[in-house]
Amino acid sequence: MAAANLISNFKKSVVASLWLAFLTLPIMVIRVDTVEKTVTWRWMHLVYMLAGSFVLALAWHFMMDRRDRGAATHDAEGGAADSALSRLLDNPRVVKPLMAFGLIVAAVFPLVFSMYQTNILISALIYVVLGLGLNITVGLAGLLDLGYVAFYAVGAYAYALLNHHFQLGFWAVLPLAGILGAFFGILLGFPVLRLRGDYLAIVTLGFGQIVRLVLENWSEFSFGPSGISNIARPGFFGVAYSVNQATTYIYYIMLALVVFTIVVTARLKDSRIGRAWLALREDEIACQAMGIDNTRAKLMAFSLGATLAAVMGAVFAAKTTFINPASFTFMESAMILAIVVLGGMGSVLGVILGALLLILLPEYMRAFSEYRMLIFGATMILVMVFRPQGLIRAKRKVYQINTEAA
Amino acid sequence: MENTANAVLSVRNVSMNFGGLRALSEVDLDVRQGEVVALIGPNGAGKTTFFNCITGIYTPTDGQVLAFPKDGKERRSGGVRINGMRTNLVCELGMARTFQNIRLFPSMTALENVMIGRHCRTKTGILGAILRGPKTRREEQTLVDRSYQLLKKVGLEKVANEYSRNLPYGAQRRLEIARALATEPFLLLLDEPAAGMNPQETLELKEMVIRIREEFQVSVLLIEHDMKMVMSLSDRIYVMEYGRIISTGTPAEVSADPQVIRAYLGEESDA
Repeated sequence: MAAANLISNFKKSVVASLWLAFLTLPIMVIRVDTVEKTVTWRWMHLVYMLAGSFVLALAWHFMMDRRDRGAATHDAEGGAADSALSRLLDNPRVVKPLMAFGLIVAAVFPLVFSMYQTNILISALIYVVLGLGLNITVGLAGLLDLGYVAFYAVGAYAYALLNHHFQLGFWAVLPLAGILGAFFGILLGFPVLRLRGDYLAIVTLGFGQIVRLVLENWSEFSFGPSGISNIARPGFFGVAYSVNQATTYIYYIMLALVVFTIVVTARLKDSRIGRAWLALREDEIACQAMGIDNTRAKLMAFSLGATLAAVMGAVFAAKTTFINPASFTFMESAMILAIVVLGGMGSVLGVILGALLLILLPEYMRAFSEYRMLIFGATMILVMVFRPQGLIRAKRKVYQINTEAA
Repeated sequence: MENTANAVLSVRNVSMNFGGLRALSEVDLDVRQGEVVALIGPNGAGKTTFFNCITGIYTPTDGQVLAFPKDGKERRSGGVRINGMRTNLVCELGMARTFQNIRLFPSMTALENVMIGRHCRTKTGILGAILRGPKTRREEQTLVDRSYQLLKKVGLEKVANEYSRNLPYGAQRRLEIARALATEPFLLLLDEPAAGMNPQETLELKEMVIRIREEFQVSVLLIEHDMKMVMSLSDRIYVMEYGRIISTGTPAEVSADPQVIRAYLGEESDA
């Protein structure tokens, strides 16, 4: 069977490469120079095209076969066949030193690297928290929210406006932004309580657009598309500091917020509340029939996710010192959702990895700037085809049973 | 019939219309303390609709559904009217159900499925979950231990940490019952618990239901098609056809009722 498979894959790849070579013939091979009035036939390009597409097609078929076989054994063994990565991450003797190492690297990062690098990492960390926040709504509670960036905007504008009009400091606004985010989360949550899946997605998408359009057009309130500039950086007991120091300072604030968010989401995930969210995601009718108040669970998920986004919005405004509605487009929502899905819905570690990957990769691929988005898109497609559950599959906690209580 | 002194559920005159379709028509039904009552009838007779009406999934168009929870306060005041009550509140009151087509939480473990059942009997809120103080941890541990005990009762302790989607069919059915028991019900509503089971599994299920009734002091109302099981398990039987109760009584009475025989076997039995 394996041999027959190989031959059929081989045939398919040949056909695919021939087709592609034929289709790209006019642009890859024939070159018309309108100035010199010459036509060059670059036959070598045809060979490259054939060879390249053949190898890629073969590799693709090989991977697909492997995936299908993997899926088959996975079903047979009842979920035992996890990736080597997930198995490794189950081992506390691997995870603990890894976490410590990560923390140390994160702690000394701004001291070792330049301000430019630190700035990039700050925005990556912001997306880590945004991802973890959306993970509550989408990954745990299963409520597809396409307008998540609206809450991010609420936080950012809350800080920017309060700072502009009332000179309120960063630390005063941070909790306020959180509360405002929770409020907006509930505001969005109420009308969509009865909606699910695609309907919910459309309504939340609309909500995101409304918030952006209001910010763009209500100039008296939000200064319109020109945005708000000269937002104060976070204060540090009234001490004056340089831009460089400010970056380092914000970096540490962000690091603390990331650690805080990780602890909060990880604990929530394995708590009574987190289990209720999971049940809600799995089967809404059964969930309610088992005595869980769906309304409460949904509103909690929405408002908690929104709180984190709004807090991040305030940090974002303080970091860039300038915001305008262009920072809060649908692309941002899509990006955060991609982080959650790519990383692994419901998995805290997965979302962290997803955020770092999706934000840092495009930054460090500036060298291939022309192909950057191409590679980015291809990576996402490949991950989704070969690891639809995300980089790291969400695992359920194994509870310690105290049998003596019997 | 009028004796509701020890009833735990009393349904009076309940009708349910879907647009012009009358799915239930003036149904009367009682379940008394400690009884196993079966609701039988041909497919499409309205049995599951009836379940949905008394668990808050549907609001009956007409009639009264009264529940009498264990703690005597409501009992004296004539019961709690539960038609139109939200499903989760009905469950909290003490009426837990299973589903005809199994509705477990597939990517949660067996243990967690049972733990969900205890949701309405535990209290930890967001702040408690985040701070994870001693009270929360104690509650969590008790929750885990009690859920494990329930799994033991239905013989699933070995697969406690297995995802429920990976369990065999019969085990999923039993897990659903364990989950329902976790809500500490006074009335257990089972919707075709033996559907798809082989005779051996059905027999085990029957013994389990009897055991559960003794141990947890619950009353049971079940919908079932397996006549052997229904006849040997139930104290009383209600027979439903086209949304009406056409016969009621002990298994012996019901199986001798010509109307029931006609509904089940068709008109040929007369000929």
